[in-house]
Amino acid sequence: MDFLRPAGWEEALAAKAEHPTAVPIAGGTDVMVEINFDHRRPEYLLDLTRVAELAEWEATDRTVRLGAGVPYTRIIEELRTELPGLALAAHTVGSPQIRNRGTVGGNLGAASPAGDAHPALLAAGAEVEVASVRGTRLIPVEEFFTGVKRHALEPDELIRAVHIRRADGPQQFSKVGTRNAMVIAVCAFAVALHPRTRTVRTGIGSAAPTPVRAHEAEEFLGAALEEGGFWDSGAPLEPSAVRRFAELCAGACRPIDDVRGTAAYRRRAVGVMARRTLGWTWQAYREGEGRTAPCA
Amino acid sequence: MRVNMTVNGRPYEADDVWEGESLLYVLRERLGLPGSKNACEQGECGSCTVRLDGVPVCACLVAAGQAEGCEVVTVEGLADHARQRSGQVAPLAPVQQAFIDSGAVQCGFCTPGLLVAADELLERNPDPSDADIREALSGNLCRCTGYEKILDAVRLAAARTGEAV
Repeated sequence: MDFLRPAGWEEALAAKAEHPTAVPIAGGTDVMVEINFDHRRPEYLLDLTRVAELAEWEATDRTVRLGAGVPYTRIIEELRTELPGLALAAHTVGSPQIRNRGTVGGNLGAASPAGDAHPALLAAGAEVEVASVRGTRLIPVEEFFTGVKRHALEPDELIRAVHIRRADGPQQFSKVGTRNAMVIAVCAFAVALHPRTRTVRTGIGSAAPTPVRAHEAEEFLGAALEEGGFWDSGAPLEPSAVRRFAELCAGACRPIDDVRGTAAYRRRAVGVMARRTLGWTWQAYREGEGRTAPCA
Repeated sequence: MRVNMTVNGRPYEADDVWEGESLLYVLRERLGLPGSKNACEQGECGSCTVRLDGVPVCACLVAAGQAEGCEVVTVEGLADHARQRSGQVAPLAPVQQAFIDSGAVQCGFCTPGLLVAADELLERNPDPSDADIREALSGNLCRCTGYEKILDAVRLAAARTGEAV
């Protein structure tokens, strides 16, 4: 094994181009487990913790460009307002020790269907900025996950950042597990209200081969809110609409039975989380949190 | 490869480090600092918790090369670390003394990690709520299930530190 320690981003890209089999390591919370258990013996480890720009984020009017190496702890502390859904999801990751090291870039690189950041990114709307010596491209997060622990990166590419839409309305994240800490999601659900575009977006974790959006549920609820004038009136949602939304979210799952839970349980739990999180976000919207957001 | 780091204020140099080796292995097997414990090797149990440039981390999940040039504090250096912070002369860090006085040590295996995590909590938040304590220690497992006494110990350390100021 060789340990590659680039001091800057260009150097990291050059190293990845020269050694496409190199395994990038940031917080190590996935990679080191695989090495400790002898599940993986990469030829090269590419340490990205010295690349300072990866640990930075910047906000523009509409998006936050989150460096791939910003640890969860800093997302919770610094980006609660701009990225409330992701901050909530980040808070459910592992333990303080894990959140101090783990990063969204690493979560994406591992591309686990159970990755906690993924549902929040799907619901908020995000693009993954990937780069190689050949150039940079943006991949919509929906297209980033291509299978169980598989993603759209080319062998010479590295994740530079994630461009996440700043919240323009309430967002929620919910996760099922056996305790509050140190849990790999049995399943997870994120919802984001987007009053500016009068849309609703969702993200489902650990209930399909990849993280997915519940498109039908989003379209159904979007239409129901629009037709009923709910965005303007802020009236309580009709229970039948909430129920239908939850059913459609559960229907978007393609879960399996495994050690953490059965497919039937996951489908059921996603429906419950969809109903609850929609209730919480709509309540927050009604109380003005969403409606006082600047319009554009 | 060779790895240089400062551990508990002292410079160390480790040679012939395997590239896939963890910081925990280097501390225990190469630097003669076995205080940090090796248990789950997957970041679940917290018994290897150390401070890496001030931040509590699981040493089993830090690649040795990632610690190059870093400052590490292990349980062996906790008393010194606490002395430097408070300026008070005591043989043990306040959390260490409180663990003893509260009966928070049973088999002792989880203790080093809990001490490092609890000490960092009190450094950051000298008057933590019970929820703060539970959250700060949520990544440290005690399989004797001695959590109540451990929570007592952290409350006691906080109270004593508060009185001393």
